[in-house]
Amino acid sequence: MTFAQRLIAPGWYRAFLGMALGFALGTAIVVVIRSLYGWDPVWDWDAIITVGALIAAPFGYLIGIGCFDYWFRWASGAPTLPEDHSGHGAYSWRDYFRVNTDHKVIGIQYICTTFFFFVCGGLMAMLMRAELAQPGTQFVDPNTFNGLFSVHASLMIFLFIIPVFAGIANYVIPLMIGAPDMAFPRLNALSFWMLPIAGVMMLCSYFAEGGAFATGWTAYAPLSTDTPLGQQFFTLGVQFAGASSIATALNFLVTIITMRAPGMTFWRMPLLVWANFTTSLLVVIATPFIAGSQFFVLLDRTLQTHFFDTGQGGDVLMYQHVFWFYSHPAVYIMMLPGFGIISEVISTHARKPVFGYRMMAFSLVAIVILGFTVWAHHMFVSGMQAWVRIPMMITTMLIAVPTGIKIFSWLATLWRGVIHLRTPMLFALGFITMFTLGGISGIMLAVVPFDIHVSDTYFIVAHIHYVLFGGSVFTIFAGIYHWFPKMTGRMYDEGLGRLHFWLSFFFFNLTFGPMHFVGIDGMPRRVADYADQFATWNAIISISAFIFGASFLIFLYNMIASWRYGPAAPGNPWRANSIEWQVSSPPPVFNFDEVPTVVAGPYEYGMPDVVHAVFKDREPARQGAVATPAGGGGAPPPVDER
Amino acid sequence: MDDRERVQEAEAKGPPETDPRIAGEKHPLARMIGIGVFASLIGIGITLWIDWFPEQGATSANKIDTLYDVLLICSVPVFVLVMTIAIYSVVRFRAKPGDMGDGPPIHGNTRLEVIWVTIPFIMVTALAIYGWITLDDIEAKQPNEMVVNVTGQQFTWTFQYPSEKLDAKELVLPVDRPVEFRIKTKDVIHSFWVPQFRLKSDAVPGLTTKVRVTPDKEGDFEVVCTELCGLGHSTMRQFARVVPADEFDSWIADQKKAASGGATGGGGGGQASGPDAEQIFTSAGCSGCHTLAQAGATAKVGPDLGKLGDVDANFIRTSIVDPNADVTKGYKPNIMPQDFKDKLSKEELDALVKYLLEAQG
Repeated sequence: MTFAQRLIAPGWYRAFLGMALGFALGTAIVVVIRSLYGWDPVWDWDAIITVGALIAAPFGYLIGIGCFDYWFRWASGAPTLPEDHSGHGAYSWRDYFRVNTDHKVIGIQYICTTFFFFVCGGLMAMLMRAELAQPGTQFVDPNTFNGLFSVHASLMIFLFIIPVFAGIANYVIPLMIGAPDMAFPRLNALSFWMLPIAGVMMLCSYFAEGGAFATGWTAYAPLSTDTPLGQQFFTLGVQFAGASSIATALNFLVTIITMRAPGMTFWRMPLLVWANFTTSLLVVIATPFIAGSQFFVLLDRTLQTHFFDTGQGGDVLMYQHVFWFYSHPAVYIMMLPGFGIISEVISTHARKPVFGYRMMAFSLVAIVILGFTVWAHHMFVSGMQAWVRIPMMITTMLIAVPTGIKIFSWLATLWRGVIHLRTPMLFALGFITMFTLGGISGIMLAVVPFDIHVSDTYFIVAHIHYVLFGGSVFTIFAGIYHWFPKMTGRMYDEGLGRLHFWLSFFFFNLTFGPMHFVGIDGMPRRVADYADQFATWNAIISISAFIFGASFLIFLYNMIASWRYGPAAPGNPWRANSIEWQVSSPPPVFNFDEVPTVVAGPYEYGMPDVVHAVFKDREPARQGAVATPAGGGGAPPPVDER
Repeated sequence: MDDRERVQEAEAKGPPETDPRIAGEKHPLARMIGIGVFASLIGIGITLWIDWFPEQGATSANKIDTLYDVLLICSVPVFVLVMTIAIYSVVRFRAKPGDMGDGPPIHGNTRLEVIWVTIPFIMVTALAIYGWITLDDIEAKQPNEMVVNVTGQQFTWTFQYPSEKLDAKELVLPVDRPVEFRIKTKDVIHSFWVPQFRLKSDAVPGLTTKVRVTPDKEGDFEVVCTELCGLGHSTMRQFARVVPADEFDSWIADQKKAASGGATGGGGGGQASGPDAEQIFTSAGCSGCHTLAQAGATAKVGPDLGKLGDVDANFIRTSIVDPNADVTKGYKPNIMPQDFKDKLSKEELDALVKYLLEAQG
């Protein structure tokens, strides 16, 4: 291809051209308007960066990389390019850097991208622990420190935990329900390609004048309306992450409702499908609220509106209510898919049906409903109406009931099972214990008088890491190890997996456990410096955190080396029942050569004559079949074996 | 045969007594309960023995600490229960090498599920009611309350005693006298916390929040800002000094004398000292970020203002009103607020410049 052709064809050349054109267009809009109105200065770089670099350039990139080609042709009346499916599947690593509508490729794209941002966020955590290892200022000044914890939290939440679950579900859900792909494959691709925009924007905020956004991931107004330009990188980055999240959630809802295989009733769906169904409900209802809260901040900053200017009739508590109306359900957005993964992992590796399947599904729905009634428990000391604290305390504590149902049901599933302590199972067990601790400290925090004391202290930091790391991230590790053979067609190294688990389990607790002590004892969170009395614990926490961080390298090595050199995986290495394991590893390009028919529940272990799904022409488990490449970089090139 | 019938048939095949892995045990459940109770007692003992809280400096502290103890006593058995079942299952039901079998197809047990819905429900409801009662108790209005206004600003606290018509830089409280703090802010959200009192309330723009406390122990307790408020957040600390009632009265008298003395000094015009520069240094928030030995400021966000070297009044004035004009090496621009030329009056600015110039000594 000539250079000119490359600039016209969808891809990275056109993406960079699109970004440049977008930036130029944004700059022109700002300069023209400012000179027409005679505003000084005409070249206002804050405005140019906001409009040009943060709004117009990302759209130029999305158009350039090819997310909108089909729709533009359709909308303009030009003949659309019919999908010849040559774009499906990935045959080399380069295929992952193209717009691809194959849900399996998109799943891998999501997972790798989110783990990249996980590493970035983790390195920031290491820097923070280096600074906090002893009292005083050693490595970074307070401005940089505030930026570090703000970007760390934002990346971990918006660029890792939420989207990595979308990535795992993207890969697994269509296979699990017997569908050839997601309902809207092009929307699916658009959702993925919006994600890097948010992450790159948040990382780039370090280069903004005045440093990265430094108001925490909560970005409380009026601090956030009164800080340097970096804040806008957060405000607008969240919009792209949120739009990506909403589009994916809609896609999951439609896929799960309309594309289940024959016989797959709602009560025969695996619990991971239930979990993503309920999560998607949360996302589509709640995510617009954080978009709203950040738009208010953006308008206050750029157009001098007065949403949070109390002197002009603004209301700063309104920010917190709108923000938490999303951000509390977001906690469940980050947890329910993990619940689904744990149900799959425990039942498969303990060889037993999930105990109380229907109650497990009902408790997910109960969490969704109750999850919308508790947001103000983040605001017990915020100065809101005092009486609101009581109903919020009661609903918060009631959420422990459906959560308890899940914990006890997993334990009952383990009981009398045949437990194979493989790496995914270890992480599932680690999850149960750590999440129980996080849940217990959650109950304590719900009790208002205790919360008044520990609110905004390290106790909160400990609690949030117990539920989001010991909880969510452990389920992510469990899920990645569990489906690694399916996704890559290779087996991971079991010994390294176990080593990774034990190191991270031990040093996770040594890192975050002591934070409970220093928090109750009086150490506030989000501080670059602290009183000398907390020095010993902080030194221990920092050393432990470094080893904890290093343990992740074992995971990284295991994944990369196994993906490339690991032994080939059979179609169903865990002898699991659900449909994704009844096809080859990795699955055929279009998932199923024939549509499966579901005849029973997904977890009928212990009943040899019962299978979850049947394929008309063959035995359920096609072990050792030649893999057709899809979603697996290490898989052999396409050969027609039939 | 539908799913349900198939399930019932399969479950009928495998009652627990026939599971060879636990058939040898006489009373597996009783043993587990025994281990669980024992472990819970040890766990409760350890968690209660740990000295979690800072010392108790107010009447409400004891109630909150007791509430926490009750929470611990309820939590430990729950955690022990989960751990006992998990560990027991892993030890007892772990697959032997080469075991390709499955567990029994148990799909649920209605009685068990009702139990683990009901008991947690009762537990959390009881705890919520207890929490509610405690909350009402610690927030109840007290007789003979003294009102103290607390004002937060980046990055310092100031205090007013409206009954004495007194502004103060430090917080001094008489022991055993109920206090109602009325908390405000001049800029962004702060949070007023004295760990020994166990109380906390945000200072919110546009609102006056209230917190009641009765200090019952003499001493110096740190006032900590716990809501991220910008660069100097981690240095936004002061002390609350709780003193005997007579000492408090003499402190009030001293403060009043100092205040009126300052006013006459300024009015007399003899020294033309104008506003108290040291007071401005603290109340304008300089001490939140800068070190200055004379003012007792030790923060390290910005340069040490006692060691500016060879500078003149113009340089100091420019550095205050336009901080980005000349940024000290090793520090970044845009960190110091740029609105001091609006916040400070001309007299205050003059006094501050003179004060800082003299500080170079």
